[in-house]
Amino acid sequence: MNDGKKKLLIEILTPIFAVALALLVSDILILLYKESPLKVYKILLEGTIFNPYGIGQVIFKTTPLILVGLSVAFAFRTGLFNIGAEGQLYLGAFAAALTGAYLPAGTPFIITVILCILSGFLAGFIAGFIPGILKAKLGSHEVINTIMLNFIIMALVNYLVVTYFKVPETLHTKDIIENAKLTRLYEYFPVFKGSASNISFFLSLLACLAVYIVLWKTKFGYELRAVGFNPSAAETAGVNVKKLITLSMAISGGLAGIVGINFVLGYKYYFEEGFSSGLGFMGIAVALLGKNHPGGVIAAALLFGILSQGGLVINSVVPKELVDILQAVVIIFVVAASSEVRRLLFKSAK
Amino acid sequence: MWEFLTNVFSIVFLAQLIRISIPYILAAMGGVFSERSGVTNIALEGIMLNGAFAAILGTYFTGSPLFGLFSAVICGMLTALVHAIISIRFKADQIISGVAINLLSVGLTKFFLKIFFDSSSNSARVEGIKIFKIIPGNLQIIETINQIIGNPFIIFTAIIVVLSHYVIFKTVFGLRLRAVGEHPEAADTLGVKVNRIRYVCVLLSGCFAGLGGAWLALDQHQFTDGMSNGRGFIAIAAVIFGKWSPVGAAAACLLFGCAEAIQITLQSVGSGIPSQFIQMLPYVLTIIALAGFIGKSTSPSAIGKPYECE
Repeated sequence: MNDGKKKLLIEILTPIFAVALALLVSDILILLYKESPLKVYKILLEGTIFNPYGIGQVIFKTTPLILVGLSVAFAFRTGLFNIGAEGQLYLGAFAAALTGAYLPAGTPFIITVILCILSGFLAGFIAGFIPGILKAKLGSHEVINTIMLNFIIMALVNYLVVTYFKVPETLHTKDIIENAKLTRLYEYFPVFKGSASNISFFLSLLACLAVYIVLWKTKFGYELRAVGFNPSAAETAGVNVKKLITLSMAISGGLAGIVGINFVLGYKYYFEEGFSSGLGFMGIAVALLGKNHPGGVIAAALLFGILSQGGLVINSVVPKELVDILQAVVIIFVVAASSEVRRLLFKSAK
Repeated sequence: MWEFLTNVFSIVFLAQLIRISIPYILAAMGGVFSERSGVTNIALEGIMLNGAFAAILGTYFTGSPLFGLFSAVICGMLTALVHAIISIRFKADQIISGVAINLLSVGLTKFFLKIFFDSSSNSARVEGIKIFKIIPGNLQIIETINQIIGNPFIIFTAIIVVLSHYVIFKTVFGLRLRAVGEHPEAADTLGVKVNRIRYVCVLLSGCFAGLGGAWLALDQHQFTDGMSNGRGFIAIAAVIFGKWSPVGAAAACLLFGCAEAIQITLQSVGSGIPSQFIQMLPYVLTIIALAGFIGKSTSPSAIGKPYECE
């Protein structure tokens, strides 16, 4: 086996090994709860990937995870850490919901949906542009700035919702127009009956394809990755590093901005305060587990989608928080293992 | 307006301000130690949450808040140890480690809340910290003063701040830990055990942030789901705003606490300023400070980088 293949094998094996170890931890917790791990896992699988409604729900949960993971991965490829996906997706979902609600009722479906997606993307783009330009021009660290912006954006959006846009007695905006509502998957595949999964799933796959093409098949993407590998070398080679840093963060924000499409245009048909509940942080986990590659992101999002639907299914037997713990432990093992593996590989190459 | 001013310049307001600031200050002291030694610690949020839960659990089973505090310290340090092992031993990404620990803490506290208290929102009520009656008398104002100077936790926090400042800037250990955060290679050449110092500092951050969590929980006499509620991040903001010095960070915490107390007062007198804008204040100020508009905040230069021994 040559070195490249060996490396790839290890890269793929690490997450699998991490998941196995994490399952061991969750076994212990299930036993603490005086339940049988086998029974719990059986219920989890039966309720998710072994029945059509479960599969539909897994798709519904996976869709936003793919987009948010893709957003974080995109910035990572340029060497930037976008912890701000949480705020960016909040703002994006809010913008999409307002566009959907205030367009004239007769606007054709395609135009409405495109405008909603664009407004979400644009809102996220602006939210990502701010830490990007601060990093490029003033060198202030994007991690701190994105964390701070998360809180600022949430407070700002909540203020706007409560003061100007909410339907009285609720915490959500008014319904989007009929033509902005995305088609549910069960209209094409009746087996998914009752599940909220909708065509935004294809949007997320399309976004992965687009990111793949941009990053690996264009000059712009090549430069972005060059900045991620070695900013000073890229600078020497004539790449405008500052511009690329700003753009990369903004595009990452834009991708996060369309995460809420699944919820706003496909499920509830309005923006609701606090709908994201930590999705942005899950995006970091998805990107990490997916090795910052669009293909990996889809696989990792699917795993976390199964787990997050699985949590609801097992809740009658063990607390659903078990899957939150499981997800966090997977991240811990992956991040610890991957740097260890990298070092071992590096050592053997010397 | 007059009503608002009399409300602000009152001893009740001061007591409120201190009550709000204590957990920020404790967590921020943890942040200063950890970051000064070169380890970013956004796990403070999770450590606080775990500390809060441990404090309630310890108090609940022994009936003694003192034991609750002890449990919070142990639990905070254990959580920090996970972060230390990932960041120092495995040299992994410290931000990801912090994010994972925060997620883990939310999951774990909810899980054990169900196991021990059979609830998904809050624990049973426990006894809080005993307030000593320093000044005798029954007047409302004396009562309030006693609540400040008679609370051992508040005095203890003030001592921790002064002591931390002294340790970091006036002792050999402090010099070493700053060297480790600024230039680990040079420190190593001079025989300073870089990683050992980092372990100590991260564990200290766990101890302090755990105590901060304990205050939150014991002040409310119970644990509620997700009760750290972003306070760990405010503490990090305060560390930056206070330019990585204990006294500076504590002052920033008091400033942020003051903003929050004003918000509560404004709400009670019913003013036009939306509370969300005051909520944003600490975060906006931090971004401005980091951008260098009000005296540049510069982080320790080796922050976030694992130390590779040659």
